[in-house]
Amino acid sequence: MSETAALRPPLTHLSEEEELFRAAVYEFADTVVRPRVMDMEAAGKIDTAITAQCFDMGLMGIEIPEAFGGAGGSLFMTTLAVEAISQVDASAAIQVDVQNTLVNYPVYAYGTEAQRATWLPKLTGGTIGAYALSEPGSGSDAFALATRAERVDGGWSLTGSKAWITNGGEAEIFVVFANVAPEKGYKGITAFIVTRDTPGFTVGKKEDKLGIRASSTTSLHFEQCFVPDDQVLGEVGVGYRIAIDTLNGGRIGIGAQMIGIAQGALDASVAYLRERKQFGKPLAEFQGIQFQVAQAYTELEAARLLVYNTARLRDAGHDIVREGAMAKLYASQMCARVTSLCVELFGGYGYTKEYPVEKFYRDAKIGTIYEGTSNMQLQTIAKSVLLGK
Amino acid sequence: MTLLPLTDLQREIQRTARDFAQRDVAPLAAELDREAHFDHALVTRLAELGFLGMLIPEQWDGLGLDATSYLLALEEIAVADASAAVLMSVHNSLPTQMLLHYGSDEQRERFLKPMARGEMLGAFALSEPDAGSDAAGLRTQAVRDGDDWLLTGTKAWVSHGTHADVILCMARTDTTDARSGAKGISTFILTPDLPGFSVGKKEDKMGLRSSPTVQLNLDNCRVPADRLLGAEGHGFTYALASLDHGRLGIAAQAIGIARAALEAAAKYATERKQFNQPIASFQAIQFKLADMATQLTAARTLLHAAAAAKERGERITRFSSMAKLFATETAMWVTTEAVQIHGGYGYVTDYPVERHFRDAKVTEIYEGTSEIQRIVIARDLLAAVSRGDIDGHLTD
Repeated sequence: MSETAALRPPLTHLSEEEELFRAAVYEFADTVVRPRVMDMEAAGKIDTAITAQCFDMGLMGIEIPEAFGGAGGSLFMTTLAVEAISQVDASAAIQVDVQNTLVNYPVYAYGTEAQRATWLPKLTGGTIGAYALSEPGSGSDAFALATRAERVDGGWSLTGSKAWITNGGEAEIFVVFANVAPEKGYKGITAFIVTRDTPGFTVGKKEDKLGIRASSTTSLHFEQCFVPDDQVLGEVGVGYRIAIDTLNGGRIGIGAQMIGIAQGALDASVAYLRERKQFGKPLAEFQGIQFQVAQAYTELEAARLLVYNTARLRDAGHDIVREGAMAKLYASQMCARVTSLCVELFGGYGYTKEYPVEKFYRDAKIGTIYEGTSNMQLQTIAKSVLLGK
Repeated sequence: MTLLPLTDLQREIQRTARDFAQRDVAPLAAELDREAHFDHALVTRLAELGFLGMLIPEQWDGLGLDATSYLLALEEIAVADASAAVLMSVHNSLPTQMLLHYGSDEQRERFLKPMARGEMLGAFALSEPDAGSDAAGLRTQAVRDGDDWLLTGTKAWVSHGTHADVILCMARTDTTDARSGAKGISTFILTPDLPGFSVGKKEDKMGLRSSPTVQLNLDNCRVPADRLLGAEGHGFTYALASLDHGRLGIAAQAIGIARAALEAAAKYATERKQFNQPIASFQAIQFKLADMATQLTAARTLLHAAAAAKERGERITRFSSMAKLFATETAMWVTTEAVQIHGGYGYVTDYPVERHFRDAKVTEIYEGTSEIQRIVIARDLLAAVSRGDIDGHLTD
């Protein structure tokens, strides 16, 4: 083996630690999550026993140092975990993903030592978190957010509404973005740590969604909600940077979710195609089927390479603005195409809830929407390529 | 505005259908979908308008309209509610057409007339759990018993099978020791009162949720001899011929779903503001809308060209498959983009595009999957090549 090859192992080649971790997470997903998927889907709720086991296994603090109760792992390991769980249930996976990439990350990366010591042991030890940036009137245009934070004695008073908050139904700790000085535009945006029990803070209606139905998506309402100074995350006025930086990593998690969903749908389809006979032979023997499956596997592998590479880049400390956008864009579009194909491969059975592809297909669609729609990813990539931003 | 050269009567029917669909059908669609509820009053309303006998000659109590008028009306119903449209499509395209073309006068009198008046709802039972794309592999067996037939087997994917009064059912009349493939299939006119007939499992579907899709169980179901349609052994031919027309109906349904999604997306894009302007002012959104509208218009044009060919009495197998393939894949793509333009709002049930997206998917599957349409098109094309008239076919 050449020295270069030794230094740079193939992207999909896992270290022993990574492989053991991935296998353990998949076994958990396969044996613990899988039997509960349809019940959770019907109830619109993640089974609390599953959440508890995610905490027990260290999946809710993968990258957080052990000193704060975390597992001291990498973003790549988060990627592996989200992918493995998504092969079985995208809703259970997004709970893990949001905790790691959108909540733990900014608290660890931007929190003071005191904030880390206060919040991270909770977040790694049993308390669910959520990330609150979007509002009813500001989605893609996130920095037009209208939630205000007014200076009051000893802290800030938040007033406004947030929308599309994943984990909003269960979360106790929220990273909330509000503007302290709307006249300064995005430079007034500030991040706050807000707990669910704060007076003036309420969790609003739960959305009735096409997919990831077991994952709660809610609105949040702040009515003169007092947040003390020591719950300002990072500096006042740099919240926009925290928001962007956090989403850059988050997109890798969504990419991981998408490759997991596509893998799960294809695994189910391959089994079906080998079994289902029409015209006297298994569907798997028809070229019209074979080539579509070959195309799907190729696109899945390409997406996986993008996602894995971006995660490894970020772990190595590189800037991944462009790569993260590309990974999320491509993986989510691939997943929508592949799951749509899988429904069709099952024929009428794919349209019913009797087989898992119906759910994979509905779950997949969110990938091109949340944590930045495909258009926003295209904009990020275009700016980077064409305008040098 | 339309590219289609419509007559005054066709426009009148289109307008009537649109007014009815928007006034009486559209407001109920979201709730019926949520409750997965079949609204029987809808059958009555469609019947009052004559929409359940559009293609049946007046002699048999229908409106005696052309395919174009029917497909225009069907598109309007689908814009409002795809579940209502599938009822109209199946009833008009499959069982009534089979009775009209292959039934005896006595059968037409007894079944077709009340079906054309909308007093009896028709269904179509070809598929089975193990015979989907390979429909000729069906196994429901009919055996002679005196003057009667005894049918045993399970039919699958029967649209509105729960509420059907007349079911045109394909079953084998060849014997186990002398199988004759597709030529061993005959068509029977079933009614739910027959002993041994029962409605089985109801499917829990992604979309078209207010259209109940069920299995039918036939357990030594006793069918009188006068319920055999046409000639013994011709049932599969009848079914395929009907599906040629049925596919035009599904194409019209798909176009209606796509149009509803496009209308919703265009409206949303002009209302939703981000970055201080309506998102419709962004080129990325404009280009999506332009592509959606172009595809939709191309699909409708292909459909109506196929319908015109049918009205001229031409064989339309290839063109009806093309229209179905192109229209349904267009519907899937257009509804996907419509969800995308809505962003998070497209993923929730507060806006109609979430339902359009779920409804569109089945159009690529039923009455022949996209794969089956491609087989039909390729087979027809390759047969033309071997006959040496490929040029004529490609310039049609």
